[in-house]
Amino acid sequence: MDLTPSPVDEAFRAEARAWLDAHVPAVPLPSLETEEGFAAHRLWEAELAADRWSVVSWPTAYGGRDSGLIRWLIFEEEYYAAGAPGRVSQNGISLLAPTLFEYGTEEQRSRVLPPMASGEVIWAQAWSEPEAGSDLASLTSKAVRTAGGWLLRGQKTWSSRAAFADRAFGLFRSDPEPAPRSASLTRAVPRSPHQGLVYLMFDLRVAGVTVRPIGRLDGKPAFAELFLDDVFVPDEDVIGEPGQGWRIAMSTAGTERGLTLRSPGRFLAAAARLVELWHARGCPGDVRDRVADALIGARAYQLFTYAGASRFLDGESLGPESSLNKVFWSEYDIALHETALDLLGDEGELADTDWSEGYVFSLAGPVYAGTNEIQRDIIAERLLGLPKGRR
Amino acid sequence: MRFLPTGEQRAFARSLDALLTAAGTPSVVRSWSAGHHAAGRALWSRLAEAGVFALAVPEAYEGVGPLPVELAVAFVELGRHAVPGPLVETVLAASLLADVPEQAERLLPRLASGTALATVGAPYALDGDAADVVLTIEDGKVWRSPGCRPGVRPSLDPARRLATPLPGGALLSPAVPPDALARARLATAAQALGVGLALLDKTVAYVKQRVQFGVPVGSFQAVRHRLADAKIALEFARPVLFGAALTMTSADVAAAKAAACEAAYATARTALQLHGAIGYTAEHDLSLWLTKARALRTAWGTPTECRAAVLSGVRPPA
Repeated sequence: MDLTPSPVDEAFRAEARAWLDAHVPAVPLPSLETEEGFAAHRLWEAELAADRWSVVSWPTAYGGRDSGLIRWLIFEEEYYAAGAPGRVSQNGISLLAPTLFEYGTEEQRSRVLPPMASGEVIWAQAWSEPEAGSDLASLTSKAVRTAGGWLLRGQKTWSSRAAFADRAFGLFRSDPEPAPRSASLTRAVPRSPHQGLVYLMFDLRVAGVTVRPIGRLDGKPAFAELFLDDVFVPDEDVIGEPGQGWRIAMSTAGTERGLTLRSPGRFLAAAARLVELWHARGCPGDVRDRVADALIGARAYQLFTYAGASRFLDGESLGPESSLNKVFWSEYDIALHETALDLLGDEGELADTDWSEGYVFSLAGPVYAGTNEIQRDIIAERLLGLPKGRR
Repeated sequence: MRFLPTGEQRAFARSLDALLTAAGTPSVVRSWSAGHHAAGRALWSRLAEAGVFALAVPEAYEGVGPLPVELAVAFVELGRHAVPGPLVETVLAASLLADVPEQAERLLPRLASGTALATVGAPYALDGDAADVVLTIEDGKVWRSPGCRPGVRPSLDPARRLATPLPGGALLSPAVPPDALARARLATAAQALGVGLALLDKTVAYVKQRVQFGVPVGSFQAVRHRLADAKIALEFARPVLFGAALTMTSADVAAAKAAACEAAYATARTALQLHGAIGYTAEHDLSLWLTKARALRTAWGTPTECRAAVLSGVRPPA
């Protein structure tokens, strides 16, 4: 057991810190959930990319540094400790890119990844539908075969970043046969709803796409509804084999819940800021234990992730253990921000502070990326071996 | 950087687990609770042979320590099997005595070899009726006590027999070395984590076979989600424990104690609830772990003291 960084890791940390010291905006950017803030964050992505800091773990061919997982974690620690802006390209970098590395073609990778790394193309996720949330496999939006590609028809919702993003990736039903949710009398073996799906990328700024932004709890258009009316997608934008979409998308979900969606650096920095706030307010005793728990939780999350990264480097896959991670950070994030707002007292309800912005953002955590109820079911069945039951 | 147990550390844990499984600790615990120490001392000797106590004793005194990571590995297994006796206190005593050469020469080889058990009264001396060496910590000073008063006070954990040291004795040290206390906290945290892991395993096994309404109760979401939460708490306490064993800073060790004891105690509550009435009986072996989770929570640092130590590890902004 060892937590000692190598000299190469140390040098990498120093290089990252120096760059961030010189480049992180002195005045925080406007909220990335606004049009103005989105544009400012896109420019910041370009600044990161110009010196190869936007996607350090990617191969150099696509704009990365081939840093490996440990140095990615180190970069993230430095990034958030420096108070650098939120990442508007998060969806693409942490959800789509890993899928392209695993299932994409070389042509797709060299076409899609460099503009993702530079912020030139920003990606939204198009998974959920009005009637397909936790039961995602019941989705009904279609991809219909046409010459040279597919036509998308249907409706997607809760599509994060879609209000201002350029492109989206999502799951569509490509098999014309309807997938019944319950056993049909006319069929001896009911087909699984997980079959017959295609995973593909599409443009949000073409004919047939209507984007209707949705205001989140504070009214900012953090996500959107997508109405798709015969939107053409060329074959080159299909990821993997049509029909295999579910498996491909779930591999994304594994990555999403695993090591890369919420880096420990983010929470280490937030906990440090909370302790500063606590000191600034005269160390009130009534929240002392909660402030300590924020520090303990950030350390726990950091070390849990280092252990996961070590296992990954040993060649193990992480699989359902990423569900432990997702429940932990999403609940931790809310508790930390609640403590900060309580500490702020009368100022706690002001909506124009970093703490309240972080609080509103944190509230969505237990819902998106697979609700925490779904994650607990996964933990119960796949990690504890409990029998399947009614959800 | 590779933050995982080495092959040797894993093998050490497995060998202790096998030893303790074969020993059948519940009957040892029950006789220890009744004041019969023979079976407990026999088990103690076997743990010493396996090298557990030598981990806390410096090489100069026939030990191999201090090796905090291995100590944590061992104490997780001791907790998992609810091993009785002044385990943490013997580790603490070894640290306290190591700074006092004339005592160390006589006593530490005996602690390492398992021929002597030590306890530390602060104020209660755990298993003082079984200990060969009784130290006390009073007003921040360390004493070698002549022994304990006859009789013990019962603990919520019947396997923990709380004696009261006799006053007086020889002054060993005018202050408690902080690393000694850190080692006691680390060992307690590890023991608590092991207790929690055992409670989770036993409860998962129980809800798979307990049938109500025609199905195993473990198929109900209300049951499954409580167990998932216990799993999350324990799996996030584990890296805090081993991270603390590597750094041994007072803040990291306090964080480990708070995280492990909270996780173990929350798991105990879940274990009791999901076992139903049978879990509330002294007769069911679950009680051996349930009661220990409660007792370890306040041993060698209450949750509040530990959290205060975590915060004092952070420098206030200038």
